[in-house]
Amino acid sequence: MTAILTVTGLCKRFGGLTATDNVSLEVKTGEIHALIGPNGAGKSTLINQLCGELAPDAGRIELGGREITHDSPEDRVHQGLGRTFQITSLLEDFTVRQNLGLAIQARAGGNLRIWDRVGARRSIWAEADRRLGESGLAARAGTPVADLSHGEKKQLELILALAGEPRLLLLDEPMAGLGHVESQQMIAGLNGLRGHVSMLLVEHDMDAVFALADRISVLVYGQLLMTGTAEEIRRDARVREAYLGGEEELC
Amino acid sequence: MTRLIFPALIFLSFLFLPVLADLLGESVLRTMGARIMIYAICAASLNLILGYGGMVSFGHAAFFGIGNYVVGILYHHYASGEPLWGLIPGSNQMLITLPAAMLVAGIAALIIGALSLRTSGVQFIMITLAFAQMLFFLFVSLKTYGGEDGIIVRRTNALFGLNMRDKTTVYYVILGVATLYFLALWRIVNSSFGAMLSGIRQNERRMAAMGISTYRYKLYGFVLAGMSAGLAGALMANMLRFASPDTMHWTKSGEFMIMVILGGVGSFLGPILGSAAFVTLETYLAGWTEHWPLVLGLILLIVVLGTRGGIKGLIDRLLGGRS
Repeated sequence: MTAILTVTGLCKRFGGLTATDNVSLEVKTGEIHALIGPNGAGKSTLINQLCGELAPDAGRIELGGREITHDSPEDRVHQGLGRTFQITSLLEDFTVRQNLGLAIQARAGGNLRIWDRVGARRSIWAEADRRLGESGLAARAGTPVADLSHGEKKQLELILALAGEPRLLLLDEPMAGLGHVESQQMIAGLNGLRGHVSMLLVEHDMDAVFALADRISVLVYGQLLMTGTAEEIRRDARVREAYLGGEEELC
Repeated sequence: MTRLIFPALIFLSFLFLPVLADLLGESVLRTMGARIMIYAICAASLNLILGYGGMVSFGHAAFFGIGNYVVGILYHHYASGEPLWGLIPGSNQMLITLPAAMLVAGIAALIIGALSLRTSGVQFIMITLAFAQMLFFLFVSLKTYGGEDGIIVRRTNALFGLNMRDKTTVYYVILGVATLYFLALWRIVNSSFGAMLSGIRQNERRMAAMGISTYRYKLYGFVLAGMSAGLAGALMANMLRFASPDTMHWTKSGEFMIMVILGGVGSFLGPILGSAAFVTLETYLAGWTEHWPLVLGLILLIVVLGTRGGIKGLIDRLLGGRS
C-alpha cells in the first residue's frame, strides 16, 4: 500500500521545549491511523503543523508524494487535506445548509464573481441537500449554527470537512465532549468512511481508537514511541508505562 | 414581495422630496436629501467591508476625499487648459470624472488595503486611520490645489446636455446614480463573493480550512468599497461645487462609521437610514446649539445600548418581523 501522508524528521521547538521531536510517521492510503498520547505529548502541535497553521523548524511533510511542508493551510486544502477542529469552529450566523453550501462553494471555485447570484448556483445547493440528506442533520438544515447542540456541531464539522472531498482527513478529537450515544454515532459515521478517505485521528477516547484504528502511533514528550496495530499497542510495556503510569490494562 | 416595500418606500420618498420642498418653500430639504443620498453611498460602502466583511476601517474618508479631489483637480486643469503633469487633460464631463474618481480611489484602496490587511483588529483600525491622515496632510500641503482652502469647482460637471445649474436636476442625477449604486450593491452582497465575505466576517479560520485564502477576498472587498466611496466623494464635489481636504479628515471617517452604526451594522438599508438620521440631526441640532456633537453622542449611545442592530433593527422589531 502506498502512503498518503509521509512525515519525516519533523521538529518544532517553543523556546526550550521541544514539542515535536524528530517525528517520522506514515499514513497509508485508505487506513484510519490514530495518534494517541498523554496530555502535553504534542499531538495538537503536530496536527497544527500538518494542516499548516504552525511552521515546523525542521523536517518534511509529503501528501500523496508531493511536498507540502511550506504550503499555506489553504493550499494544503487544495492538495486534498481536510481537517476538523477540536473546539468547533463554524460560521455561527449561518444556517447548517448555508455552512455546507459555503464549503462546497469554496471547493467549486469561481468565488471572486460579484455579478452572479449564489442562490442560483444549483449544483452547489443540490449537493448540499444531498450531503445533508445522507447525514443526521437533515432536519436541522434551516437552523442557525449558533442554536445547534455541541454534538450536532461536531457532526457538522465532519460534514464540512468531507464537503472539501479530501484525500486525507485530520480529525482533532472528534469525540471530545460527546455523550455515549453521540460517540457511538460518530464512530459508526467514521467507520462508514473507511476505505473512501484516509484518516489521521487524534483522540483521547480509547474505545473509539480501538474500534476504529487500523494502526496506532503513540506520541510521548514530543517523540514517537511506536506505531503498531491495536493489539501490539495494548501489549507494549513501554506504552503502558508512558501512557498510564504503569497501570495493568490499557482500556 | 413584502421585502420590496421598504426599499420602494425609501426610493419614492427621495423621488418626491424636491416636490415637497418646493411646496413647503423649504429648499433646504432638497439639499439635505442630496447629502443623505451621497453619504448613504459612502456609508453603505463602509458597511460592505465593516458590516458584511468584518473589517473595521477607520480611514474610509480617504477614498471619499480622493473622489472629491479627482473632480476638483480635473476641473482645475479643464479651467486652466493645462494638462495634469503635461499628460492628462482636465475634464468637466461627469461621464469621465465619476469613473476617473472611482478608478483613482480604487487604486488607492488597493495600495492601502494591500498593506493594512496584513494586520487585523486594533492594528488594522490604526493603520487605516494613519493612511487617511497621511493623505489629508498631503492634500493640505498641495498649494497648487488650494492647500487647506480646497478647490472651487465653478460649475457642476456636464452630463447629457442637462441644465446642471438647476439644483433640482443635480438632485435627480444624484438620485439616479445612488439608485444604480444600491442595485449593484444588492447584487454584490448576494453574489458568490458576497457569501465568501460574510463567511470571512464570521470565522476566518474556518474559511482557511475550506481552502479560501481570505486575504485576497478581503482586499477585493476593500477595493470595491474604496471605489464606491470615491464615487460618493465625486458626487459631493459636484453638488457643493467645491473639493476640500476636510472630506478626508479623520472626523469624516468617524461620521461614516457613526452612520453605519446608527443605521444598523451589516443591514443592507441601514446605511441609508443612518445617513438620513445623521444629516437630519446635524442640520437641526447645529441650528439649535453649536455643541450639537454632544447631543449626537448621547443619541448614538442610546442607539448602541438600546437597540440591537441600529435603526433598521428597531424598525424590524417594531414591525414584528425578523431581525
